[in-house]
Amino acid sequence: MSEVIKIKKGLDIQLAGKADKVFGQAELPELFAVKPTDFHGVVPKMAVKVGDKVKAGTVLFFDKYRPEIKFVSPVSGELAAVNRGERRRILEVVVKADGADEKEQFGTANAADLSKEQVVEKMQAAGLWPFIRKRPYDVIANADETPKAFFISGFDSAPLAPDMDFVLSGQEEALQAGIDVIKRLCDNVHVGVQNDAASKVFKNLNGVTVHTFSGPHPAGNVGVQIHHTMPISKGEVVWVAQPQEIIAIGKLFTEGIYDANRIVVLAGSEVEKKGYYRTKLGASISTLVKNNVKTDDTLRYISGNVLTGTQVEEDGFLGTYHSQVTVIPEGDYYEFMGWAMPGFNKFSMSHSFFSWMCKKKEYRLDANMHGGLRSFVVSGQYDKVLPMDILPEFLFRAILVEDIDKMEQLGIYELAEEDIALCEFVCTSKQPLQATLRKGIDLMIKELS
Amino acid sequence: MKALRNLLDNIKPHVQKGAKFEKFHSTFDALETLFFVPNTTNKNGVHMRDAIDLKRTMAIVVLALVPALLFGIWNTGYQHFLALGQDASFWEMIGHGALKVLPIVVVSYGVGLGIEFMFAQIRGHEVQEGFLVSGMLIPLVLPVDIPLWMVAVATAFSVVIGKEVFGGTGMNIWNPALVARAFLFFAYPSKMSGDLVWISGLTKGEGVVDGFSGATSLGQAASGMAPTHSIAESFLGMIPGSIGETSTLAILIGAAILIYTGIGSWKIMVSTFAGGYLMGLLFNLWGANALMQVDAIHHLCLGGFAFGAVFMATDPVSATRTEKGKWIYGFLIGFLAIMVRVFNPAYPEGVMLAILLMNTFAPLIDHYVVQGNIKRRLKRAKVAA
Repeated sequence: MSEVIKIKKGLDIQLAGKADKVFGQAELPELFAVKPTDFHGVVPKMAVKVGDKVKAGTVLFFDKYRPEIKFVSPVSGELAAVNRGERRRILEVVVKADGADEKEQFGTANAADLSKEQVVEKMQAAGLWPFIRKRPYDVIANADETPKAFFISGFDSAPLAPDMDFVLSGQEEALQAGIDVIKRLCDNVHVGVQNDAASKVFKNLNGVTVHTFSGPHPAGNVGVQIHHTMPISKGEVVWVAQPQEIIAIGKLFTEGIYDANRIVVLAGSEVEKKGYYRTKLGASISTLVKNNVKTDDTLRYISGNVLTGTQVEEDGFLGTYHSQVTVIPEGDYYEFMGWAMPGFNKFSMSHSFFSWMCKKKEYRLDANMHGGLRSFVVSGQYDKVLPMDILPEFLFRAILVEDIDKMEQLGIYELAEEDIALCEFVCTSKQPLQATLRKGIDLMIKELS
Repeated sequence: MKALRNLLDNIKPHVQKGAKFEKFHSTFDALETLFFVPNTTNKNGVHMRDAIDLKRTMAIVVLALVPALLFGIWNTGYQHFLALGQDASFWEMIGHGALKVLPIVVVSYGVGLGIEFMFAQIRGHEVQEGFLVSGMLIPLVLPVDIPLWMVAVATAFSVVIGKEVFGGTGMNIWNPALVARAFLFFAYPSKMSGDLVWISGLTKGEGVVDGFSGATSLGQAASGMAPTHSIAESFLGMIPGSIGETSTLAILIGAAILIYTGIGSWKIMVSTFAGGYLMGLLFNLWGANALMQVDAIHHLCLGGFAFGAVFMATDPVSATRTEKGKWIYGFLIGFLAIMVRVFNPAYPEGVMLAILLMNTFAPLIDHYVVQGNIKRRLKRAKVAA
């Protein structure tokens, strides 16, 4: 048993609406979509036209600058629409399922017999490469690079996040198959688990190094786990993926198919039947939330968690990297003298509202900003929720003045948006920190490539 | 409430960009957000935000200042009647104090907020809340007999030169309230020091009891006498001094509020007191003059030390912004404050100067802390390589 790495800084937001560990029943929706906006830095180029027939695993589009990176359809059916936004940017590639469940056949293979190049090629052909992401930058990995390690976080500590033990139970073999594939890409595979979870699935895996973490969110973030075990310095690369994605990779080799099945958790204070649902990547959330939400207020539907997820419509689509759908109140109301009220129902890391008197309570929180944008005034807040040896405020200042050297020196290589989402949450000045960080990362990529 | 909302909704279209009264957008926005937390929701990034905002933060600091303000009002009356040798009831003291103190508060807020609104208007910004605190701090660090026009001039100076020239709240180098006080101290020294200004009515000198001195303990010590007030009196605050700074007890209540709510940095407060105490002890050992002989604990209760440590040094904008830096910054403030106090008999109140000096050096301290972080990261890279 390895030693427990204690994460002290961070914050668990006491949200109401946690899902029970039961499977809910919901039909698969008719529409599915792949959203190019889920992938940073990818310029999509369509490979099929509206009306074309596709199978599960058929290439829908690829990256214009790295054509080997392909994005495939999760289901069989026909291409229904390509929804575009400003400047004709592709937002959603929508597939209408025909229910036939036809699959592209990629052929089974034993990963152990293949070279790294062959494994990469097979994964790219089947549209699985986008699941391998890299730190720094949190973008799709570059197959030419040699990562110093492959890291998988075995738990999600975000608010209302799915319980990985529950999600993965019964899929141990596929997970091991996926790990065996990953080991062909990078022999040094690490998994982070939580100390108070059983994590049997992970501890029984062959060929991985297991690290145990304790503490509040963001302890489950892979970036935090990497920071505490093998921090990334300039020039180093670590590849990461999520457990359900590893399973899909395993199934490509054992069954020869592109497996889009995912288990997602449906949670949030406004959901009636909270729980776990079997669905597919890119599924419309309409069948999950229809007649299953409270309708007193305007609602906000989020693919992902409340800190890093994407806002979607009630018939919007599940994001590629998400295994959670959260529904919260929109909070588009004016609150009379809100800043002066005692605030028994308000959640704050500070003790400036009287809600500190009832610590254990679960809060029903909404998407209201609770204030206006200000310049940096309060100091030391970010440091309390970022468990890394990084001075976040100074990094953000470096990003705002576009000082590449300083950004590098202050540790931008170690951060992804999810790691500083809590900083954004607690910020008194309501600064858009995740967007700021992404701006910095984009600048790094542009200047250093 | 509903009517107010409707009224605001009716006015709103007329003050938007391009509308007839566009000029008043900032003013309208300031008033609207004062009454109603806006209905804006998060769009990108996090979908939820901590309930705290800058208005709440500033309101908590003002709340923490209330004990010192109330005590200051009472003490103003108490000292006044003590000087006249008259008996007065509690409410008479409060009444007299309120008459003296509240006009200063009103002038400070009126002038400061007026200028803030003007600048926001000109720049097309939202009005930022920083002055809510400065406007209360300024009266509390002034002697009660100060003419109101001086309060107005000093407030204007501090808002314009101390803050707005740098870009407003969050951009200033020095604590604006201390800029106001420093301005008055160097521009009108006779109104800011000496034995008479600290007690209301003493400057005119009518009807004062024979032999009554309005001198502060620091003034006495600086002129070679042992302070007449005991540590207990200094701690409770029944001594002459600036309006809000006399009662260490009231200030500590404020400190408790700031620390508990997490709004003021306890690191700065603790290290400032530690620095002051250590310097006091060193001077005790030396003991060459009356000021050096003042007990180290007594030093911390005298003058503006406690007030400065709790409310001035902790201003997050002008203080160091790194956590390690806060320890160094606070310690040096305490250390220097007592040093200035003892070595500069012409002006025994060193806290203001110490804080302004350390405000100036705060970016330098931060720079070294940041460099330390950078070096650690480089070293790690080398070890790994």
